[in-house]
Amino acid sequence: MFPTDENVLIGLDRADDAGVYRITDDIALIQTVDFFTPIVDDPYWFGQIAAANALSDVYAMSGIPKTAMNLVAFPAEEMELTVLRQIIQGGIDKIREAGVVLIGGHSIVDKELKYGLSVTGIIHPAKVLAKKNLRPGDSLVLTKPLGTGIINTAIKAGLASAELTDRVTRLMAELNRDAARIMENFDVGACTDVTGFGLLGHLAEMVCGSGTSVRIESAKVPVIAEALEFANMGFVPAGAYKNKEFREKMTACAETVPRSLQDVLVDPQTSGGLLISVGGSQAASLACALQAGGIVDAAVIGEVTADPAEKISVV
Amino acid sequence: MAATVDARGLSCPQPVIMTLDEIKKGKDKEIIVLVDTDTSKENVSRAAESQGFRINDVTAEGEGYRITMTKG
Repeated sequence: MFPTDENVLIGLDRADDAGVYRITDDIALIQTVDFFTPIVDDPYWFGQIAAANALSDVYAMSGIPKTAMNLVAFPAEEMELTVLRQIIQGGIDKIREAGVVLIGGHSIVDKELKYGLSVTGIIHPAKVLAKKNLRPGDSLVLTKPLGTGIINTAIKAGLASAELTDRVTRLMAELNRDAARIMENFDVGACTDVTGFGLLGHLAEMVCGSGTSVRIESAKVPVIAEALEFANMGFVPAGAYKNKEFREKMTACAETVPRSLQDVLVDPQTSGGLLISVGGSQAASLACALQAGGIVDAAVIGEVTADPAEKISVV
Repeated sequence: MAATVDARGLSCPQPVIMTLDEIKKGKDKEIIVLVDTDTSKENVSRAAESQGFRINDVTAEGEGYRITMTKG
């Protein structure tokens, strides 16, 4: 058992995107922390992506991020300090874009470079959007295209063009803020962000314990087109295979779904989009509003069914 | 004579790059690739198939796998 009290609205017992703690009847804190090793070569963009990724957990719960603190592990003997300055500048620019203030941080010397943020946000206790509230009849909307893990593997192999590298870097650095603000105007039951477990892995977390099942129409899932090509060539990260194996028992995929698309559905994402469960009758208008708001890849990708078996079927 | 690519001890995407390089040389119709993870086994097979090679045989060897592929 973890230490807890009556104000813990979401804690470790139900692993959600972030922890939520009630301060008053009107305000709850949302707290999250995330850091990782570089996923792009450019230190400034790495900082931006790490910050967008850390902020995303607050957006996924429909909260407003307010403060952030840097977490830095830096190989001071092997690396120029200018690299660290660029990383932190990237993080600062991203949190400024989010309207968040930087109020502290901590650095240590480490063999391997790592950067991230701890982020605190606020929300009304009654408005917290958790993962676990799928309702039969809801539709699922995804706000960013999949395939960043596969593309990053191709970048490591030196096979991605400069244009593709740039496009995917910007995609990963894109805040989920606008998507979060737009979904507030709709009948949303549950939300999460798609990261390391891939689309099907994060969907599985929503489905487990929900008493519902989901059906994904693979052809409607937004995908970075080049990811399919690189998956066919064998640039599938180890994490994708692990994700697939981990949720194999609850997932049924039609044979007609191309293997490369199946790979993309379990591809680990960095700073991926929001996965939103919205009342079925509002799904098309939510996707439309997201697109109009500049989230051009947003799409309705499937639906929640009343089948209590808690399965994911991909057609 | 088959060419042999030893990609054991290397992590993704290195085994795939080595396999694609060997295929590009175009010298041998048969290539044998040695890998030591399931990820590499899957990815090397995908790489070969994308270049018009067929996987003839995958056998467990030591801690890893021996993948035999031929062109066409």
